[in-house]
Amino acid sequence: MGGTHNSEPEPYPALRVRALESLLIEKGLLSSDVVDKLVAIYENDVGPMNGARVVARAWVDSAYKQRLLADGAAAIAELGFGGRGGGDKLVAVENTPTVHNLVVCTLCSCYPWPVLGLPPVSSSPSRSRFGSGTAAPRSATWCCPNAPPAPGTSARPSWRGSSPVTR
Amino acid sequence: MNGVHDLGGMQGFGPVAREPNEPVFHADWEKRVLAMNVAAMTQRLYNVDEFRHGIERMGAAHYLASGYYEHWFAAVETLLIEKGVVKRIELDVRTAALGANPAAHPRRDDPALSARLLHAVRAGSAAKSEAAPAPRFRAGDRVLTRNTHPAGHTRLPRYARGRHGAIERFHGVYTLPDAHAHGRGRQPQPLYSVRFEGRELWGESAEPGAWVYLDLWESYLEPA
Repeated sequence: MGGTHNSEPEPYPALRVRALESLLIEKGLLSSDVVDKLVAIYENDVGPMNGARVVARAWVDSAYKQRLLADGAAAIAELGFGGRGGGDKLVAVENTPTVHNLVVCTLCSCYPWPVLGLPPVSSSPSRSRFGSGTAAPRSATWCCPNAPPAPGTSARPSWRGSSPVTR
Repeated sequence: MNGVHDLGGMQGFGPVAREPNEPVFHADWEKRVLAMNVAAMTQRLYNVDEFRHGIERMGAAHYLASGYYEHWFAAVETLLIEKGVVKRIELDVRTAALGANPAAHPRRDDPALSARLLHAVRAGSAAKSEAAPAPRFRAGDRVLTRNTHPAGHTRLPRYARGRHGAIERFHGVYTLPDAHAHGRGRQPQPLYSVRFEGRELWGESAEPGAWVYLDLWESYLEPA
């Protein structure tokens, strides 16, 4: 990008992003209000609080929990969650005293947007979670801060790493 | 492709840094990249598999040195140019013009486009399971992943090739990313969750009691 071949860091992409945005707007493929509204959705309406509501409902409503485990997408739709980024196909798994699940993407950072929002990405590159999550899940548990080990754990948990389905 | 994006099991990236109270976006341009990409895919200028492969095609050094939304922007720019939506020279000229005169970027609203795109985003994509072909494997079947190294896009990670596992669950029949990323149609195939014992993937280094579940398309698998 940018056509630079010196040893300077990649230039901050803000200018080129604005340039592409303005070209797409001129071509009728984007507009300023589309940008504002899409950003508002992912800043305000869609985020990990949605997934927290799903989990809390499953804690107090065993029939809902069974529906969630049987068809995750249908169960989150009951609470009004869905849409782009994994809302069509979603598999929910349950942590138990002996099984702890860690969901990690090792290829592209796909993420279940409707229940967790956009992925947490720091401003600087950090690849550790993708590398270590599959091989050493116990050392990468921060990936699922909303899923602490079940209380009263006595047996050594079996750790299950998996990739998310986000078709 | 055997690119740097295929990070599973790789070491040497240092500790995982967790940012307290992390914001959704760290800069204004990240918001614009998100909106551009969602708008482009919703209007089918390219598909999600082409997008993922667009990131994979970044130069390895650039990939490792850049952040999440820079990856997105690299793919968005690459694909919009390749698809003929914008010309590279057009983008170069506009970037230079904005650099010389940052105010030359008037706001323009389009309520009809906005309503159409927002409705599509809320409704989700149309990735529903297909009726055919029928799945070749059933839950519990033992399988062996192919030891294959395609030059293009694939969802079979390098660390899981040529490994034994068992079918955990049949997800349905879905577009094959290996085809869809390269303009070869959707070629839907059965998709499974496949369970691997930690030791099968990581040998003696595996953590005790660890299992890895990967979502894999049928053509990645052979009976074992």
